[in-house]
Amino acid sequence: MTDKKPTAGKTRRQLYEDRLRRRSAIIAASSTLAVFLAVIILVPMAPGWEKVKASFFNWEVFAKTFPKLLTAFKLDVMIFLWSAPAIVILGLLIALARDVRSPALFPLRILGAAYTDIFRGIPVVLTVYLIGFGIPGLGLPRPWNSPYIWGSLALILTYAAYVAEIFRSGIESVHASQRSAAQSLGLSDADTMRFVILPQAIRRVVPSQMNMFIALQKDVALLSFIGPVEIFRQAGVFKSLLANFTPYVGAAVIFLAVTIPATRYADYLMAKQNRERS
Amino acid sequence: MPKLSLKNVVKRFGDKTVCNGISLDVEEGQMVCLIGASGGGKSTLLRCINLLENIEDGEIFLDGEDIAIPGLNPQPVRRRIGMVFQSFNLFPHMTAAENVMLAPRRVYKRSRDDLRPEITELFTRFGLAEHMNHYPDQLSGGQQQRVAIVRALAMKPEVMLFDEITSALDPQLVGEVLDVLRLLKGSGMTMVLATHEMGFAREAADKVCFLKDGKIIEEAPAKTLFDAPQHPDTQAFLARALK
Repeated sequence: MTDKKPTAGKTRRQLYEDRLRRRSAIIAASSTLAVFLAVIILVPMAPGWEKVKASFFNWEVFAKTFPKLLTAFKLDVMIFLWSAPAIVILGLLIALARDVRSPALFPLRILGAAYTDIFRGIPVVLTVYLIGFGIPGLGLPRPWNSPYIWGSLALILTYAAYVAEIFRSGIESVHASQRSAAQSLGLSDADTMRFVILPQAIRRVVPSQMNMFIALQKDVALLSFIGPVEIFRQAGVFKSLLANFTPYVGAAVIFLAVTIPATRYADYLMAKQNRERS
Repeated sequence: MPKLSLKNVVKRFGDKTVCNGISLDVEEGQMVCLIGASGGGKSTLLRCINLLENIEDGEIFLDGEDIAIPGLNPQPVRRRIGMVFQSFNLFPHMTAAENVMLAPRRVYKRSRDDLRPEITELFTRFGLAEHMNHYPDQLSGGQQQRVAIVRALAMKPEVMLFDEITSALDPQLVGEVLDVLRLLKGSGMTMVLATHEMGFAREAADKVCFLKDGKIIEEAPAKTLFDAPQHPDTQAFLARALK
């Protein structure tokens, strides 16, 4: 605020804080530099470095396989794009089921709770295996034996459980007085939820949900275990063909290109919300 | 027949009895003020009248009809009884106008276009015409509270309940909200207020009830209760409150 004042005009508190700031900036810069230097100097000194460099960081292999990896990544994006809306809808339905107050619908609450417990309790890869191999094993006719369908379903079922819990935390974070106000106006329970509670709840959990969807984009790679040649599987194919691990590094770079901006954006939204609430 | 009549209302939260046999008659067009220390049961009593809380025992009559029958659908009753809260409770994601139109739209199935003229008239009457399209966080506390009153009035209630509606306001904003109450009283609205505004209660109320420990200790016309309180508890409370 008073940064532009000449030094002479500063209070002793400001001078003291300036000194502190300069000191911590110098410490941060020099320690970062030291760590980088250590990595650059020490890692190549490791006995296996030349071998690792050749098999993980081979530029020729990278340049040759990268375009194909990018093409394979399109499949990951596609699976993500059709799974995400289904996850939002199913997650919201489960969250609503768990909030139902009418005793007649009590079984819905139990089912909702059981659902989230089960699907949050099983490793994603296991669900992908069980559903991805199990259901086509019933001998369904084409296209109902496709691993795309059942693999996506496994992701949808798992992620819907997490997304439902986040929605529920959002619903519970809306103060009870909002519900009172809506009810005192004669609104029905359903309208209270739809017009008063949910719009506020959803807005509050957008950043957390974004983090879930970043995780989903990465977990699409798990479908490689049951067949679809998406980026991870494609990288594996190249590894076998070229006897080189560089394609995996290429795949990692592609994932990062998507997830880092998305993570930064989610963090930005979260910080903005925290500022607004304080 | 009184517009609103409570008979021996009992409300408990767990072991704690918050309303311990409260009986009260409110005539059409009357303004009744409930006074007393916090925790005396004023707010809970209002919430019971609006069926936001279920009463354990007793009856509540609106136009002679028992509205506290267990199992009765509360929604039609709540449409006839408006309520305004201490903390405004406007819906923060909607403009003032949307806040006011939501319930008439959903409950009476009326369109925005159909509602607009009468809503505009309400906003104008309460000095809020230029704030219709503002969001709650763009309004002062006094403005928010007046919008909350307009929101309740848009349902055309027969009785209005006010739960310490000036307690969360800065002192200089209290006046504008009390003016709204005077305006409403002038229009013949039946009103029950829980309030700490003793000056206002004395000037505007037809009847004042002093509540303590979930009971009406003393009930009298405003001037009588303030000038010549009978019960020692009322005297002690007023001595402290009017100091």
